[in-house]
Amino acid sequence: MAKNGDEHDEMKQHCFGTPGLWEERGVSRRDFLKFCTAMSAALALPVSLAPRIAEALESDSRPSVIWLEFQSCTGDTEALLRAANPTVGEIVLDVLSVDYAETIMAAAGHQAEEARLKTLKERSGKYIAVVEGAIPMKDNGVYCCVGGRSAVDIAREVCGGAMATITVGTCASYGGIPAASPNPTGAVGVKDAVPGATVINLPGCPVNTDNLVATVVHILTFGKLPATDSKGRPLFAYGKRIHDNCERRPHFDAGQYVEQWGDQAHRAGHCLYKMGCKGPETFHNCPTQRYNEKTNWPVGSGHGCAGCSEPHFWDTMTPFYRRLPNVPGFGVEATADKIGLGVAAATAAAFGIHGVVSALRKGDESDAGKEG
Amino acid sequence: MARNRSCLYEKYVWEVPVRLTHWVNVTAIIVLSVTGFYIGSPKTLGLVPADFVMGWVRVVHLTAGYAFAVSIASRIWWAFAGNRYAGWREFVPFVYPEGRRDMGRMFLYYLFLSRKVPHPTGHNALAGATYLLVFVLYLVMAGTGFALDAEHAPGGMMRVLLAPLYALFSNQGMRLTHHMGMWLLIAFAIHHIYSAWLMDVKERGGVMSSIFGGYKPVKRGE
Repeated sequence: MAKNGDEHDEMKQHCFGTPGLWEERGVSRRDFLKFCTAMSAALALPVSLAPRIAEALESDSRPSVIWLEFQSCTGDTEALLRAANPTVGEIVLDVLSVDYAETIMAAAGHQAEEARLKTLKERSGKYIAVVEGAIPMKDNGVYCCVGGRSAVDIAREVCGGAMATITVGTCASYGGIPAASPNPTGAVGVKDAVPGATVINLPGCPVNTDNLVATVVHILTFGKLPATDSKGRPLFAYGKRIHDNCERRPHFDAGQYVEQWGDQAHRAGHCLYKMGCKGPETFHNCPTQRYNEKTNWPVGSGHGCAGCSEPHFWDTMTPFYRRLPNVPGFGVEATADKIGLGVAAATAAAFGIHGVVSALRKGDESDAGKEG
Repeated sequence: MARNRSCLYEKYVWEVPVRLTHWVNVTAIIVLSVTGFYIGSPKTLGLVPADFVMGWVRVVHLTAGYAFAVSIASRIWWAFAGNRYAGWREFVPFVYPEGRRDMGRMFLYYLFLSRKVPHPTGHNALAGATYLLVFVLYLVMAGTGFALDAEHAPGGMMRVLLAPLYALFSNQGMRLTHHMGMWLLIAFAIHHIYSAWLMDVKERGGVMSSIFGGYKPVKRGE
């Protein structure tokens, strides 16, 4: 038995490198390997690549991270930090050498800015920039300044020199809520503010921590960014539509809908389509990955999807509790169907009157009837 | 009026593809509108989760959509392959002087400003121009419809082929366009049936029956 165990350990060492680093940080070997396997699943990789992930995470060449925060509510930082227990994912980011992150770093003021500049200089082209929050462009970017410099100025410097920039949340990805109409500060996402930067977008409100960790793990394991869609989002997390992976989808196909909050269908967990759920127009892995250590997600808790991971969701996905947007130029109570019915009725009325007049009108001449 | 009946003869105007695509379009638009209403604003008709009410409604909607698309494509082809009454020139009367004159005459008649009812053998010029708009609307409906359907397979061929549409519309804007397009087609149908009836009565050219049989009474020499 003992011999077998030794052999097993030997094999494990061969496959997954030497233990030690993670135990020191309070993560058991078992949990670490479970994490590596979960990451391979999140990235839609074959499980045979889990050892490679483990190897990459244990190597010493972990890149520095600069976490910038601009026009944001810190919701993405909160999503990462507020996990009930310290997760392996959190530690991955911890050991990433987070050199600068305003919310969690001990240093403050000039000391903090020095840490950022040091990383910029010493690790140029090798660090990962994580950006949270939109970047205001109007009036030379005066509407968001850190340490006396504008957000766009800092972003150009930091994201421009980074190996890669990961935007966490919809604001950093596409401008999000600060960019909602009328967008008083001219807020945009990182890719628009720094067109030359290598950006991978992780929209969502907030970002799903699992997707952030998986993206970092992908970069560490393969040395490159994961494949993305046309909106710069990694396909492993945004490649499928919410509606198609939703646990309430059978109720949609069956024809069972919540008609009113709190009705029998709502209590029975039926489809939220009629309550304005934007699952059919939103691409994200919420139904499978879920939030807060896979506890739940909006539709799971009985509220429709707000489409938060799509660009300009605040303008295009509203009203959140209706299927269709308001028709431009009409009041908010004029739904598309009311207007459409009005168009049809007006047409019928106009031609009805035309018909009556035509019927009473005598003396119309047609050359068709008068042959010869 | 009946003096020279013998001078009229039955002229074959609407060929089979013209009439066939017309009636496929009629059927498809009715089926698509009814199912589309349900898809846009469904009622709870499923009793148990194993039912497939919305599923079947969507199957019917998509099938009708494909039939409609084939019909539109066939009719566009026939605008180049068919006789002169089916040809593309019928739908752009505004590009040649005679067409513009006929459009003006028809318009004056509609506005009760003229008592003379123009009597063309094919489409009346104003109707031809209207059908151009209707065809654009058809293409918008088919394009947005397939684009919305293609969202379930982001890497799929249809999603890739229709990529320009996703750049043109916001996601919700595409849904709104598809929905409002239906109302515009319903309004068109009301107008279309009325005008056909009006012309049948006033023009006395047998337009109503011609879409069934294909023949119109035409004077010799025309």
